[in-house]
Amino acid sequence: MANSKQIKQTISKYGIVFALIGMIIIISIIRPQFLSYGNILNVMTQSSIYGIMALGVTLIIIAKGIDLSLGSMVAFSGLVLASLSQVGGAAGKMYPNLPELPLVLAILATLAVGAFMGSISGFFVAKTHIPAFIATLGMTTIVRGAALIYSGGKPITNLKPSLLALGGNIGIIPVPVIIYAVMILLTWVLLNYTRFGSDAFAIGGNIHAAEVSGVNIAKAQILVFAFGGVMCAVAATVFAGRVQSVHPGAAVGYELTAIAATTIGGTSQSGGIGTVWGAVVGALVLGVLRNGMTLMGIDAYWQQIAEGAIIIGAVVIDMRKHAGKK
Amino acid sequence: MGQSEYLLEMLDITKEFPGVKALKGVTLQIRPHEIHALVGENGAGKSTISKCLMGIYTPTSGKIIFDGEERTNYTIKEAMAFGVSMIHQELSPVRDRSIMSNMFLGREPMTKYGTIDWKKMVEEAKKWLKQVELEVDPRTRMADLSVAQMQMVEIARAISTNAKLIIMDEPTSALTEREVEQLFKIMRKLRSEGTSMVYISHKLDEIYKITDRISVFRDGEYIGTEDSDKLPLDRMIQMMVGREVKDMFPKVQCKIGEPFLEVEDLSHSKFFKNVSFDVRRGEIFGIAGLVGAGRTEVIETIFGILGKSGGVVKLAGKEVNIRNSRDAIKSGMALLTEERRHNGIFPILDIRFNTTVANLQGYINKFGLIDKKKIKEDTDEYIRMIGVKTPSATQLIQYLSGGNQQKVLVARWLLTQPEIIFLDEPTRGIDVGAKSEIHKLIGKLASQGKCVVMISSELPEIMGMSDRIMVMREGEVTGILDNTTNVSQEMLMEYASGVRNDYQ
Repeated sequence: MANSKQIKQTISKYGIVFALIGMIIIISIIRPQFLSYGNILNVMTQSSIYGIMALGVTLIIIAKGIDLSLGSMVAFSGLVLASLSQVGGAAGKMYPNLPELPLVLAILATLAVGAFMGSISGFFVAKTHIPAFIATLGMTTIVRGAALIYSGGKPITNLKPSLLALGGNIGIIPVPVIIYAVMILLTWVLLNYTRFGSDAFAIGGNIHAAEVSGVNIAKAQILVFAFGGVMCAVAATVFAGRVQSVHPGAAVGYELTAIAATTIGGTSQSGGIGTVWGAVVGALVLGVLRNGMTLMGIDAYWQQIAEGAIIIGAVVIDMRKHAGKK
Repeated sequence: MGQSEYLLEMLDITKEFPGVKALKGVTLQIRPHEIHALVGENGAGKSTISKCLMGIYTPTSGKIIFDGEERTNYTIKEAMAFGVSMIHQELSPVRDRSIMSNMFLGREPMTKYGTIDWKKMVEEAKKWLKQVELEVDPRTRMADLSVAQMQMVEIARAISTNAKLIIMDEPTSALTEREVEQLFKIMRKLRSEGTSMVYISHKLDEIYKITDRISVFRDGEYIGTEDSDKLPLDRMIQMMVGREVKDMFPKVQCKIGEPFLEVEDLSHSKFFKNVSFDVRRGEIFGIAGLVGAGRTEVIETIFGILGKSGGVVKLAGKEVNIRNSRDAIKSGMALLTEERRHNGIFPILDIRFNTTVANLQGYINKFGLIDKKKIKEDTDEYIRMIGVKTPSATQLIQYLSGGNQQKVLVARWLLTQPEIIFLDEPTRGIDVGAKSEIHKLIGKLASQGKCVVMISSELPEIMGMSDRIMVMREGEVTGILDNTTNVSQEMLMEYASGVRNDYQ
């Protein structure tokens, strides 16, 4: 009796993991090549960009925020990185007189730009108390506009080999997967073992109680959004390495995929509930789904419908899990 | 069909939750024309059985007979249709809508064109509000009413649905004495018109004033039902706790030291002005007054949640500038807030988080990371020390009873090692057992040389616990009294209502 209950609870708690395993089994029965080593790495590489973005937005959503400007921030920070990492002497170089910077410096500058953009949203949420939805909706077009202005509307190409290497492999392991793994670990530590993460839970759990308990709410909100911006800059780095150029119109709609991954992973839009592993599994669910459907030759238009249905279905099941405690 | 003696019979009701048996075969029988008290400590199962009756929960087993018919597997809507209504302890009206919109929510009168008939709604609402003697325009926004008025609206709504039985869960916990009298008057009137009421309360004196019979639950079990006039207080308490509670207010005489907290001419632009007092080490300083007198606002201002418009706060003789709750916590203050759900607990987070959130700085190790092991140890220790009833420290706090939630909050503040502890209605809505435990803790803190400032609307509590009592009325202090034997409830009421005022 107790055992069957425990099993039930486990299934309910890890439902999305079972769903992922189920998907993998079904797809690999229909298309055995799904399980090939190359394809698995391919899925993980493809998931890494929005997976990294999902890590950032997980913290934001736990703190009862949302960020719609993630895609724009990827584009803008990607352009900054690209402009600082062009091959010397290439034609049409954005800063012709710029001496070649070490890649590390260019990446650090990009991360700073990401943090800055995120903290602008955070600032408006914290100081003016406008809803995060509105603040970041505004930032979506502001940052996109800034990206177009910065690049003059043109893609930035001729990136140097050290940056392109970030889109390649080390041995057989794709570098994006390594970066993703490091970011997962970093976010997990931040969320579970630092004041920063604890404050995010406190704000999402009950902002009024957080205030009385001495949480610096404004600071925590700004930091949470800044972290989301940093994760966009990391995603942009992977993006630049893989795509080998950055276009000001890049990454449109990526924020929705990232938010979907977070949501599929059980992070609650009402704040205070969410995990890093959930965001990872959510990103993999979407990655496996997209890859599997492509392997099975399902029409790209139908793929979108399936993806939407999965997002809604996952949340319906997740809500039932919480309601089931009554 | 034979007429039953009872309007409602709930027989052998069991309700199981995963891991907990909240009700173990309890019985509740309500007669027509009766006000029936349901008493018991927190966790006794009062809320659970109410929710079973309202159709919010479905009992695991047992029988519910209402108005001569057995009722099984019904929803809240169906419960309301057959004549049961509930007034929850914490009202949750749609604050920005009018009284009438709230009253007729989901059953608005319609015109023949299928639009809402506002004119009819006004008339109907007026009619029912008159029944509960609430003389306000039904188009008034809900947010502009007092808690007592909102409650009257709830009662009006209940009788307008032809409720035969109204469950009232702690209806008086946020009311002033005068408002309680008014509520009782309306309850008696409803009884004479044929409505039965289940009255859940921790205020035992009120139970004798208003109820006809009393049912006692303990730990999910049915203990018994007696006529109110045949059940003496000590016997009722014994039934509730399973033991005798002798000392409700275990005031320990402590050595009173130097003044530690000094407040001089503290003012807030809206809520109060020129409040001055000092609190000495080892002292319990009570603040009495009616709801709305500005008591909560005074301590929230000292704690930095509200901004002051003037005045000085000194700690150990030195002026301090407290701009927010972080400054307050750093300077050794703790604040147990009045509204547990609003700004006390983090409902969806676990007991560990709730216990340690205000003291997080104390758990950050030299690597800047949170020491989870220490959090676990401390939480376990405090749960044991304060006697929080829970299967584990990873339980979400929302699943604990009110008294146990309050104990977790007390633990939260003790962990910050405060010198000054502000307690705002520390025992509101919690049961006698937990109440006396919290009183003991308060006494212990004072005996350790801490300053305790306690707001309470329960005069026996203020008089039983405090060394000195400050009384406030409409934002001003009317008196600060040494709590000697001359102080009586009547006297405090005179200060609170402004009949007496000897404060300079």
